Amino acid sequence: MADLKRDDIVKLAHLARLDLTEEEVKEFSGELSAILKYVEKLQNVDVDSLEPTNQVTGLTNVSRDDTIVDYGYSPKDLLSNVPNVKDDLIKVKRIIG
Amino acid sequence: MSSQWLPVADIARDVQAQKLSAVDLVDIALKTIEDKKDYRAIITTTDERARSRAAEIDGTVKAGKNAGRLAGVPFIAKDNFLVFGAETTAASNILRGFNAPYQSTAIEKLEAEGAICVAKANLDAFAHGASTENSDFFTTKNAHDKTRVPGGSSGGSATAVVLDMTPFALGTDTGGSIRQPASFSGCVGFKPTYGLVSRSGVVAMASSTDVIGPLTRSVEDAALILDVISGIDPLDATTIDRQESYIPTATDLKGKTVGVIKEYMSEGLEEGVRTVIESSIETLKKAGATIQEISIPSIDMALAVYYILCPAEVSSNLSRYDGQRYGYSDKEANDLEESYKKSRGHGFGKEAKRRIMIGTYVLSSGYYDAYYKKAQLVRTKLINEFNEAFGKVDYLIGPIAPTTAFKIGQNSNDPLQMYLCDVMTVAANIVGNPSICIPAGKSENLPVGLQVMSKQRTDKELLQISQAIEGLLV
Repeated sequence: MADLKRDDIVKLAHLARLDLTEEEVKEFSGELSAILKYVEKLQNVDVDSLEPTNQVTGLTNVSRDDTIVDYGYSPKDLLSNVPNVKDDLIKVKRIIG
Repeated sequence: MSSQWLPVADIARDVQAQKLSAVDLVDIALKTIEDKKDYRAIITTTDERARSRAAEIDGTVKAGKNAGRLAGVPFIAKDNFLVFGAETTAASNILRGFNAPYQSTAIEKLEAEGAICVAKANLDAFAHGASTENSDFFTTKNAHDKTRVPGGSSGGSATAVVLDMTPFALGTDTGGSIRQPASFSGCVGFKPTYGLVSRSGVVAMASSTDVIGPLTRSVEDAALILDVISGIDPLDATTIDRQESYIPTATDLKGKTVGVIKEYMSEGLEEGVRTVIESSIETLKKAGATIQEISIPSIDMALAVYYILCPAEVSSNLSRYDGQRYGYSDKEANDLEESYKKSRGHGFGKEAKRRIMIGTYVLSSGYYDAYYKKAQLVRTKLINEFNEAFGKVDYLIGPIAPTTAFKIGQNSNDPLQMYLCDVMTVAANIVGNPSICIPAGKSENLPVGLQVMSKQRTDKELLQISQAIEGLLV
């Protein structure tokens, strides 16, 4: 069923915000098609009257009190790994051209 | 197995009794890591913090206070746990240089009982793999044969434990990543029931199957570690109630019903692995267990279910690596979108990109029903079949993997072949039940692990029976 062509790979890479090299585009086209072909064996499994499983804990609507917990971190600690900080804010490249 | 380390509980007892010093134990661990560095199990050591914590623990003991159930016990964490005192990289270039501003709950709980993290172990980048060859940094070598892989993704943790660097290590298991390296390397690896151990502060892979667990020298040690790290955590809303205690009491196999999974013993199983597993089954039978063959017809679909759900969840979890808040950030981009694409394109390794691409595909609107939803439905079917099986037997057994450790490079050019390494471990992740790897013997001098599973939330019973089995097999 799935046979991912060059254009499909380029489109997927854009959706996933991944810059791929031309070599990667070529490789992924073959590899991803092979992987999808393998998982397509599920298409013939009879799943009549079954509901999909999202998670296996049986927990529902886990809530907590809406209170502030002080974990003792300063904004400086939490921003310490940010590549570009200005006035305790994260600075990014321009968004609108 | 012979070791320079006592059982974990005995080490803590001797530290508390001042027969051993935590400072010395940390030195022994760090020296062993240095002596065995050509196995490349370790990414970084946390020397400074480990030594100062050890001195603190010795001080606590000298002051006549209790230093905890794991007082002075050194351990190694897989490098996808957020830990103070070293970078957390998940063996990925995109996280190189990341210093965690907080620690994972599992590490906090171990530290609260006096354990000391001395190093971070290698893994397949973001835990995507079955051999550590997908690490963006280097490949770890098998403790028994340097030309072979240790298994993965917790391969560094497995090699570290088998080479005696520390008494135990932490790993994560999303599709077999604790148990398969335990089998390839020859140690105990325990995957608890899904939700039993908080994942707060662990780099997320596939959230509906990710679990945390120990790699150890014995079932007894694994049980003690689980007893310390399990339980509800407000920081992880998927955590479940724990059993009162996981410390095994003496038991035997008499009257226990054990099902051998028929599909795992069919063709495709390496002959040497089959011999070891069949001889283990014979041993259990002699010890009084009632053995019966159990068929789980959809188990052959488990791997296909996994390689839809896992990349789907990976593509979602890895979307947070945007190059803006932490991790590698491309400096050349002109606008935000280009910055995302370049940071992610250059920062992620090939396997992470492969999984993001597959995940994006199976979640895209035109294909969601055919792939993702179908996998969720087959997941239900598999869960039902496991429930049915556990209605007939107390435990399920089989191999952990169809082969022993393979040669470095053997599967690295064929991603699908590498995925097939998980074929016997993924079912427990999809179903959510606990599963353990117990060293069962060797095939041509390479370790073979026996897999034992029980139903969800019976981790105590599984550890208990595993301790009895371990006593019969070694």
